[in-house]
Amino acid sequence: MNRKEIIEIVNKFLIEDIEVDPQALKEEAFLKENLGIDSLDFVDIVVVVEQNFGFKIKPEEMSKVKTLSQFYDYIEGKLKAS
Amino acid sequence: MKRVVITGIGVYSCIGNNKEEARDGLYNGKCGIGIDPRRTEYGYRSPLTGIVPKPDLKGALNRRQRICLPEEGEYAYMATEEALKDAGVDMDYLEKNETGILYGNDSSSKAVIESHEICVEKKDTTLLGSGAIFQSMNSTVTMNLSTIYRLRGINMTISAACASGSHTIGLGAMFIRLGLQDMIVCGGAQETSYLSMASFDGLSAFSIRTDDPKKASRPFDKGRDGLIPSGGAATIILEEYEHAVKRGVHIYAEVAGYGFSSNGVHISQPSDEGSALAMIRALEDARMQPSDIDYINAHATSTVIGDTYEAMAINRIFGREKTPVSSTKGMTGHECWMSGASEIVYTLLMMQDSFIAPNINLEEPDEISKNLNIIAKTLDRKLDICLSNSFGFGGTNSALILKKL
Repeated sequence: MNRKEIIEIVNKFLIEDIEVDPQALKEEAFLKENLGIDSLDFVDIVVVVEQNFGFKIKPEEMSKVKTLSQFYDYIEGKLKAS
Repeated sequence: MKRVVITGIGVYSCIGNNKEEARDGLYNGKCGIGIDPRRTEYGYRSPLTGIVPKPDLKGALNRRQRICLPEEGEYAYMATEEALKDAGVDMDYLEKNETGILYGNDSSSKAVIESHEICVEKKDTTLLGSGAIFQSMNSTVTMNLSTIYRLRGINMTISAACASGSHTIGLGAMFIRLGLQDMIVCGGAQETSYLSMASFDGLSAFSIRTDDPKKASRPFDKGRDGLIPSGGAATIILEEYEHAVKRGVHIYAEVAGYGFSSNGVHISQPSDEGSALAMIRALEDARMQPSDIDYINAHATSTVIGDTYEAMAINRIFGREKTPVSSTKGMTGHECWMSGASEIVYTLLMMQDSFIAPNINLEEPDEISKNLNIIAKTLDRKLDICLSNSFGFGGTNSALILKKL
């Protein structure tokens, strides 16, 4: 899976499942401050990532992910490593 | 002591998704019972249930609010939206005035069972999602509605089996009488998913008259063979009388009396003594005589033992008066945790439009019930003071008296 496909899938579930404003989905956007994703939303993101990419996010790894771009990087890295 | 009145009502049930529909359903003897094929597949003895549509809340509530609401919470939201609007209460009012919530609920099965299934498959609790915990607790309705409506007063769920909804009104009235709250959102909610009633079905307590579902629920009738589970939600806005007058809103009725008792005997069997005691205490609380009551909305669920004990209790207190009695459960089925609240809404709709809703499917009363004045067909009748009974597993009893002002 290439980065473009990852971005498409992530943006789709952020819009459809987490109801993030599509206009706010910019690579430099901060997940909490700009996209309004709170701690309970992260619980649901763990579920949708597992459903879409087949791996389990570790909370300690996610704590370093601050922006949307870093989130794409994180998923890309996990997929490459698997 | 302050006086307590009802200034708003809302209902979401198998006989109507709002109070106007429910009023017409009651007047016309509409039955909301049908067959749920999933129950048969799942192993139920009876597939009969009240048919309640799933509300579409997209657009009305945001994702966080929706994801934490189980089905009975969705019903409760619908009923509460209607009741608050009816009482002339908006978000601006709720921001400026402390309002409480006491709601009846005694199970929330779907989220519990679905979480179990995910854990069995994935062996990982972090894949349950964020809504599961908030959907699966008994207090789910009050925790959700109190955050949706930003309520800052008394906030708790009353779990008292099939008397839950009724006790919330009695207890809410006590808070207001004591001057502790000016307004409390009261009510009852009941889930209707096939996942929610399997263990109750396992007691063989449900009717299996599947050839004619509309005739299956037959309170007080000799030919009954069990109750029909049903659900939805009903909300009642309780308000301190002077507060309501000051706001200039419509007053449906005063909560004139509340009586409670506990049988202290059997976990599932009712008691005529306990039922009678709740009614006597409600009369004493209202400082009324049996002759003051114009109509009794019976709890009668269409089980032999439940109907019989209630008929004995009613006959003991109201036998001489021949007070008109009907159970609305022939139409609605047994709305369980919600029923004590929905039957207050149904009774208020009857009081407002001056009629007694029929005890449908009563063809031949049993030996005890034949002593009662059961209203089998809709009767146009002015109603000023009414009593509503609710009894639950564990022997919890509640009786409420409503008085028109």
